Parts: sequence; C-alpha cells; structure tokens
Amino acid sequence: MTRFILIRLVQTVIALIGIAVLIFVLVRASGNPIDLLRSATSTPEEIENLQRQLGLDKSNWEQFRIFMFGLVQGDFGESLLKRRPVSTMLGEAIPNSLKLTVPAFVISMLVATALGVFAATRRDSFLDNGVKFVAILGQAVPGFWLAIMAMMLFSVIWGILPTAGMGGPAHYVLPVGTMAFFLLPGMMRLVRSGMLDVLDSEYIKLARIKGLSERIIVWKHAFRNAMIAPLTTAGMIMAGLVMGAVITENIFNWPGMGRLVLEATYARDFPVVQACTLMIGVMVLGMNLLVDIAYAYVDPQIRYQKS
Amino acid sequence: MLSTMPNIDTKLKLKISGLTRSARIMRAMTFYIPVIILVLLVLTAIFAPWLAPHDPIKVSLLERRLPPAFVEGGSMKYLLGTDSLGRDILSRAIYGARISLSVSLLVIAATAFVGTALGIAAGYLGGRTEAFLMRFTDISMAFPGLVLAMLLSVSIGPGFFTVVLALSILGWAPYARLIRGETLRLRNSDFVAQARINGASAWRIMLIHIFPNVINPLIIVMTMAVGFMILAEAALSYLGIGIPPPDPSWGSMVADGRGDIDRAWWISTFPGILIALVVLSGNFFGDWLRDKMDPRLRQL
Repeated sequence: MTRFILIRLVQTVIALIGIAVLIFVLVRASGNPIDLLRSATSTPEEIENLQRQLGLDKSNWEQFRIFMFGLVQGDFGESLLKRRPVSTMLGEAIPNSLKLTVPAFVISMLVATALGVFAATRRDSFLDNGVKFVAILGQAVPGFWLAIMAMMLFSVIWGILPTAGMGGPAHYVLPVGTMAFFLLPGMMRLVRSGMLDVLDSEYIKLARIKGLSERIIVWKHAFRNAMIAPLTTAGMIMAGLVMGAVITENIFNWPGMGRLVLEATYARDFPVVQACTLMIGVMVLGMNLLVDIAYAYVDPQIRYQKS
Repeated sequence: MLSTMPNIDTKLKLKISGLTRSARIMRAMTFYIPVIILVLLVLTAIFAPWLAPHDPIKVSLLERRLPPAFVEGGSMKYLLGTDSLGRDILSRAIYGARISLSVSLLVIAATAFVGTALGIAAGYLGGRTEAFLMRFTDISMAFPGLVLAMLLSVSIGPGFFTVVLALSILGWAPYARLIRGETLRLRNSDFVAQARINGASAWRIMLIHIFPNVINPLIIVMTMAVGFMILAEAALSYLGIGIPPPDPSWGSMVADGRGDIDRAWWISTFPGILIALVVLSGNFFGDWLRDKMDPRLRQL
C-alpha cells in the first residue's frame, strides 16, 4: 500500500510539473512573453524593468528554473490589472467559491443518491423514467442558459429572489441551484447505473435468500458497493465543479475564483490566469490522488495489479 | 416487490412479449425526430446564405431589441426579433449552425484520429508504452478543459482554431481509453496470432488487422461526441473565450441577451432552445446507433 501511494504521489508530481511546463511554453508560444505580461499602459522603462525582473534576458533554462522556484514558494507574481500579489487575490476569492461549491456539491450528492437509489430499486417505474428524463435533459440543456432563464423568472418577472451579488441567504438560492444543476444529472446517472449493476449480483440474491429486509439489502449491502465505481469519476465531478463555478459566478456576479480567472482571461492578465490554472490543476490532481488511494484501500485488486 | 432480475432475463422477456404499441411509437419517435433535426441542422449549415433572410452581422441601431413576430410589437421582417445591436436573431441562429457543426466535426475528426492511434498503440504494444499512455490518458480526462481553453485564449488569442485546439487537446482521451480496451480484446484473437506467425510487422497488424475491427465502436463514440462538442463550443463562446464577435455562435448569442433579460427575453431564449434541441438529438441518435451496432458499449 505504501508503495502504491508513493508511486501515485510521484506520478501526480510529474503531472503537475507537466502542467507548469505547459504554461511556461504557452506564454512563450505566442512570441515575446513580455507582450502578454505587461499591461497596455506600461512605459518602455517599466517593460525593461519587468523584463529584468522576470529574467527574460537570461537563457531559457535559467528562466524555467526561476519560474519553477517561484511556483514552489507560492509566488505567482503580481496581477497586471490590479497591481496586487496574485496569492492575496486567490486568498480572497477561494473562500467565496467554497461557499458556493460546497453546498451545491452536498445538495446534489444527497439528491442524486436518493433519486438514483430509488430509481434503481423501482426500475422502469414512473420515478425511474422521471430520473432518466431529467438526466437526459440535464446533459443537453446548457447550464448557462438555464441559469439565465431562472434569473429571468425568479428575479425579473416574479421578483422573489435577488438578481446577483453576495449577501443574505436569498442570494444563495439561484447560484447554488445552478451549480447543483451542473453536477446532478451525471451523479444521478452514476448512482443509478451503479445500483443496477450491484442489484444484479449474486451476493444480493444471497442476502435476499437469507431473508434480510429490503432496507438493509438496499442501503447496507447494495448501496455501499454501488458507490465504489462512481468514485473513479471524481475527476469528471471536479471538472463539472470548475465549469459550474466559472459560469455560475459570472452570471450571478459572485466574487469567487471562477470570476477572477475569467475576468483575468478577458484582460489578458496572465499571472492570474496562470496561478488559477495551477491551483485548479493541484486541486484536480490532488482529488484524483485521494480517490485512487481510497479506491485501492477498498479494492485490494487494484493495489496489487498496478504496483 | 423490487425487480432484481438479471438484466438478461428482462431483455428476453421484452423480446418474447414484444413491445406495446405506445412503446413502439415512442421508440420510433426517439429515432426519427432526432434524425430529422440533425439533417435539418446539416442542411441549414450548408445553405445558410440562401436561408438567412438578413445579414447575420449587420448592425441596425434603429431596429434594436425588436420582439419576435408572434409577440405584440413584432414584425414579419424579423421572425425571431433582433438583439441589442439590431441584428436579426433568426439569421444569426442559421449562421450559428455553421459554427457549431464545423467546430464539433473538426474536433471530433482530430480527437478520434489521435485517440485511436494512441489507443491501438497502447493496447497492442503493452508494457511501458501502455503504462505511460494510459496514465497520460487518465490525467487528460481529469483535467478541466475549460481551464485549458482559458489558458489558450490568453496566450494565443481567441478564435476559431483556438476553440478547436482547446477542445482537441484533451478530447482524444476517451477514444484512447475505449480503443485500448477493444485492442486488448483483439490482441489475443486467433487472426492476430495468425498474422504474427505469417511475419506481419507490428505496424501492419495494428493498421490492417486491428484498426478495421475497432471502427464500429469508434463510429459510435464519434457520434455520441457531436452533442457534447456542440455544447462545449457553446459554453466557451458564451464565456467569451470561444468564437469572437461578431461571428454568430449560439453560445455567444445567449451571452448577448444576458444584460437584456428584463426587457428582451427573446435574445437569450431562442439560441438556448436550439442548443438543447440539437444536443438532445445528437445524444439520442448516438444512443440509437450504439444500441444497433454494439449494445456492449451501454456503459458509455
């Protein structure tokens, strides 16, 4: 197990370095990186300063070494637009994003579990068809459009919810709902298909033969095992969270990381975009690492087969 | 009682008893309606200049935010109304079909090619090549594409090919994973062994013996990707890092109406409905094709 974790850890670090290299190359792919890194109003003097500060007069290898050292020390540079350290900006934005993503994640997880399990145990019932319908529709309807429609209905036409911004509990309803929508259909489908697979298996039949109650069979025997397979798709859920955060925060004017990174993208504020990319990369890869370890922990086959 | 019968029994029972009349009609509907919508989409994209009543990017400041024809105050001149710059929404939607379709088809062609090549190589060569390629695939699948798209948009600037590139760089991974699985199944089959005995090179076996046998699942996944890619392009354009203005993309059309939801609901509403309809059709058609060609792939 230790060996397995160690190998995965090394792989994760390599992947992170890969992302850092990708960023390093991309800044330089478009020609002179100074064009990306300076602001439109910089004077020639400032440009020269920046050039020296970033070490752009040095060789590529030397530049790469400096870049990597900065990252390791958590130094992402300064925002070109706001003239503030990127790490401070991230420190302000991340808690706001969590206030949105955590409730959305918990809500969609609970709803997906409940609906997915009920749909699987009552296969082809009205509820099951309803769940399938929502899942199919949820994968086709663009979330950004639905959020705008919801805003139009609840805030503009009926006027019962605030349009945008951060504030009291009412401000959370629409953004959290939108975020949850990004996650719900996929999760629901995973729970349902996982449950269907498990309910087909021999040990469930055995549990039935033993005369266990339905509740114990479904929730204790089937559900626990059904949740193992969806674990591997945590990456997909993370991607959904990132996508959801960027879109939701921008529609509802929520001062989180999703808005920070998109605004920086518009302004071509490269230090911010690069820091956010790395942060998201760390989160996604870290999540995958945790899931891999958890997966190996519950399923010994993986531990031995891959290490 | 709960239905816990093995899958196979249920399927058999269905076959024996036959479907009810309404179920059969439903099933036909979920095939014909999507196909009709997809054919219309392709035709619209091809004949856009002849179909569009107006120039999609022509600004007409005197005719801003005109409601659609069927709403009070609307005129027959602009069937779906105009946006905040007085551009005809119908014409923009028609031209938008071109963008949706060309982006998704280009991306699918590129990703299917790369993914298949890497998948066959990983599956057939095995060993370190496979370990490396599959780890690479895992990382690509987990990495949020949106972040990459933003990075590319900042570094090389937004545009048609930036979108195609952003969607392609990570999009090959699902193909690689699927095709590797199929290749693993084929690698130990008799005809591959026979080819190897005859002295065929690894290249030849992969190209002539394995590739033709993975075409079916490949076509299925490519079809299922159409909806996904259209949605992805719309999302990028909506966020302003996709197709740059003034070119009409359904995603950016939804974004155009965001600030006008209190006075011109139609600007955002119609393109969104279009996206949902087309994506839904693509997904249904993909499901149908999969059930016809290779029901094994149900898990996808």
